[in-house]
Amino acid sequence: MTDLHPLWQVLIMAAVIAFTRFLPFLAFPEGRKRPAVITYLGKVLPYAIIGMLVVYCFKSVSVFTYPYGLPELIAAAFVVGMHVWLRNTLISVFGGVAVYMLLVQLVF
Amino acid sequence: MTKKSFRRAFRDSLPIMAGYLALGIGYGVLLQSKGYSFWWAILMSVTMFAGSGQYAGVDFMASGASLLTTAFMTLIINCRHFFYGVSLLDKYRGTGIVKPYLIFGLTDETYSITATVKLEDNISPKKYYFFLTALNHSYWITGCVLGAVLGMFLPFSGEGVDFAMTALFIVIMVEQWLDNKNHLPAILGAATTAVCLVIFGAEFFIVPSLFLIAAEMVVFRKWLDPAAKETASEVSGND
Repeated sequence: MTDLHPLWQVLIMAAVIAFTRFLPFLAFPEGRKRPAVITYLGKVLPYAIIGMLVVYCFKSVSVFTYPYGLPELIAAAFVVGMHVWLRNTLISVFGGVAVYMLLVQLVF
Repeated sequence: MTKKSFRRAFRDSLPIMAGYLALGIGYGVLLQSKGYSFWWAILMSVTMFAGSGQYAGVDFMASGASLLTTAFMTLIINCRHFFYGVSLLDKYRGTGIVKPYLIFGLTDETYSITATVKLEDNISPKKYYFFLTALNHSYWITGCVLGAVLGMFLPFSGEGVDFAMTALFIVIMVEQWLDNKNHLPAILGAATTAVCLVIFGAEFFIVPSLFLIAAEMVVFRKWLDPAAKETASEVSGND
């Protein structure tokens, strides 16, 4: 067990991931003027990125083969409905999880 | 104040707890199935703290990919973090000694909360961000180690628990939708990503999506930024 290659791989991956996270803070340090467009992007990106993350979660869903993404669609609709109704994050999230687990384990 | 900040952070972290335990356990099981013991689960979940990055990482390790390939692929998979940081420059400003840790622990899920949360006056943002990041980190480490140690013997099927992440993002999107009149950023973000997913496929769509979204935000600025003047003065008056 003297193979150190995986260990180096983990250390390099950790360094690269940290780099991707630190880069914007290093490029635009506190107390330094930054381009107006960066400040603007900082304001609008959270809205756009949440839209992206929602779609990202459905990336492995296949709509052309059974069950045609139905469990995801039904559970997502449930979450939206519950949240518009009660606006309670915990109820919406855990209710949605319960519905989804029932659907994938028992129904489809 | 510390107690209140912790309570709020804990409450907001519960959906992430469910998701991280599920995804973490799945990850630990995967590691174990490739012949890596729980020490690897601890090492990777502590130092990398990245879902997709770690899942891909197991492949690189199992296939014995070169260090250069490993570094390059990890960069591609995780470059979305850059855009997260850009939108947290102001929120994380002045967080002092905990700032490096906040940045280190900036996952999709932590970002989705800290970028959008509205805190009451009696809560310290700095403490809240720190507790949220640390709690999420602890859930992730716990999940990964649990999976690696006893994942094979789980007495029930956890299939579908990871929907917690999807549900959390949907909830945040609904919140934003109900709170804001301008839905264009959310629509552009989702639509652009969907189009990129179809064109580039599930493995490569995130990078083009992000750059297109950022470009669209700049192009459509007139309609997206009613406070364009305010932004300009804010920047020129920057400390």
